[in-house]
Amino acid sequence: MTKKIKNLNLNFGPQHPAAHGVLRLILELDGEVVEKADPHIGLLHRGTEKLIENKTYMQAVPYFDRLDYVAPMNQEHAFALATEKILEIDVPIRAQYIRVIFCEIGRILSHILNVTTQAMDVGALTPTLWGFEEREKLMGFYERVSGSRLHANYFRAGGVHQDLPQGLEEDISEFCETFPKIINDLESLLTENRIFKQRNVDIGIVTKQDALDYSFSGVMIRGSGVPWDLRKSQPYDCYEQLDFKIPVGKNGDCYDRYLCRIEEMKESVSIIKQCLSKMEKGPIKSLDGKISPPSKKEIKQSMEALIHHFKLFTEGYRVPKDEIYTAVEAPKGEFGVYLISDGSNKPYKCKIRAPGFSHLQSMDYLIKGHMLADVPAVLGSLDIVFGEVDR
Amino acid sequence: MKNLIDLEKKINSELTTKINRTEIRHNQIYLETDKDDLIDVILFLKTNNDTKFRQLIDLTVTDYPEKNQRFEVVYLFLSHEFNQRLILKYTIAENELIPSITSIFPGANWMEREVFDMYGVSFKDHPDLRRILTDYGFEGHPLRKDFPLTGHTEVRYSEDQKKVIIEPVKLEQNYRNFDYESPWAGTRYIKEELDNNDKKN
Repeated sequence: MTKKIKNLNLNFGPQHPAAHGVLRLILELDGEVVEKADPHIGLLHRGTEKLIENKTYMQAVPYFDRLDYVAPMNQEHAFALATEKILEIDVPIRAQYIRVIFCEIGRILSHILNVTTQAMDVGALTPTLWGFEEREKLMGFYERVSGSRLHANYFRAGGVHQDLPQGLEEDISEFCETFPKIINDLESLLTENRIFKQRNVDIGIVTKQDALDYSFSGVMIRGSGVPWDLRKSQPYDCYEQLDFKIPVGKNGDCYDRYLCRIEEMKESVSIIKQCLSKMEKGPIKSLDGKISPPSKKEIKQSMEALIHHFKLFTEGYRVPKDEIYTAVEAPKGEFGVYLISDGSNKPYKCKIRAPGFSHLQSMDYLIKGHMLADVPAVLGSLDIVFGEVDR
Repeated sequence: MKNLIDLEKKINSELTTKINRTEIRHNQIYLETDKDDLIDVILFLKTNNDTKFRQLIDLTVTDYPEKNQRFEVVYLFLSHEFNQRLILKYTIAENELIPSITSIFPGANWMEREVFDMYGVSFKDHPDLRRILTDYGFEGHPLRKDFPLTGHTEVRYSEDQKKVIIEPVKLEQNYRNFDYESPWAGTRYIKEELDNNDKKN
């Protein structure tokens, strides 16, 4: 006599620590094997694109902090670059270095979070405690430069909002000296750890072709052996003048992606060091008074500066009619902004291309045939943050 | 092809009538085509050895409510081999059905669902066309220009009914959209006052 067994439907989330936010995953299980995964997203949808259409260009920047909230400045960078290209303004070299330093800090912030929580999902608690101590220091740098630990609102079209406060350069370079040791400590806990390898090696394999077909980018495509990094292939700001390597994986599994992230953190530290040594004193935002606001001192002395300040913070600047797609290499992959301007002071349309959206979409294809216990491991290595997936 | 101008020539000579307009701006190629030629154009761009646009970066729609052909559908492609970006566009009227490209790029699945959700544009032959970002049971298409920023409904927990309820939006103050196009409208208030004074006298 044969017994008919019905597949089990399991609701994973939306409140589950391993779902990394508000993901509702509907899993169809045959015993312990996942047959189908249907992610339901949108629980954190805030209508960012609609809101940006109703704000001036300067008011739109803070919305980008709230997308991928573990690496806020990287998103602002994409929007700043898009507006700059349409406005055809140059960014002073010091501002470019500052931006690159903070983008790399964002990359380290994001990778620490991802690597350590991925480890926690498969049972290791200590890396999280060690890693978050470092994140706290980095967010301290964010706070000192912008006044806010997370929602920085620091990168503006034409440069950055204000210069680095006194002593910050020294503190960042001191961090660059101590942080590699922490990466080594994390590696000593994880890289050769038997349990960590059992849970990650050969899990969630992505082939080169599938990485292309599913619109993957960032670590997800590099883990599968495609050496593609926008910082190298389509350099923006001063990345061209910096010397760094692109770590590439071999097998495209969760473990290779973990290794890529660890190596990228080491490269980021070296990029920050190079920027700090090359940086010189100078202006930190475009000198065009129609785009970047005047200093407080000027406002006190010059009528023209006062008028500029008033106009910029009420009406904002007008951006000529154009359309452009600009992308940056955010920690999670290619983060792009497709901006359509109509000559007014508000964007006509601002489509945000979030890397996590494409990555999460492939969940069904990645997890099919894996065990239920592999779901958190795969989800962890996709590096999903719902702020950007849901927008 | 590494060179943008060569690439533009190649696309024009191979696709001839299927392409309405090409342009190079900001180091990217902008192409305009028609709905009926879309699949042919995309297949060519993906498979041809001189183009190799093998990755779909994004898919979106722009809404121009005042135009006859209301929606402009935009596809962004990337070629890793030649390090080029391409933007493909075509316009459609409201309620027009457009072909899905999920069979060519599986990654288009969610992007098309998002467009369907946000703009109400439907795709033919899409395997699973459901709403994606908005709430279960949501009505309307939020990114259309005629959809109000504040939305139509709001959700709250009702203590009386002991459940989450949906009701029409109630705001203490309406959303104020400041018009910066004509900041200085003249000193009409003084003139009005003078007129009023004249009448009294």
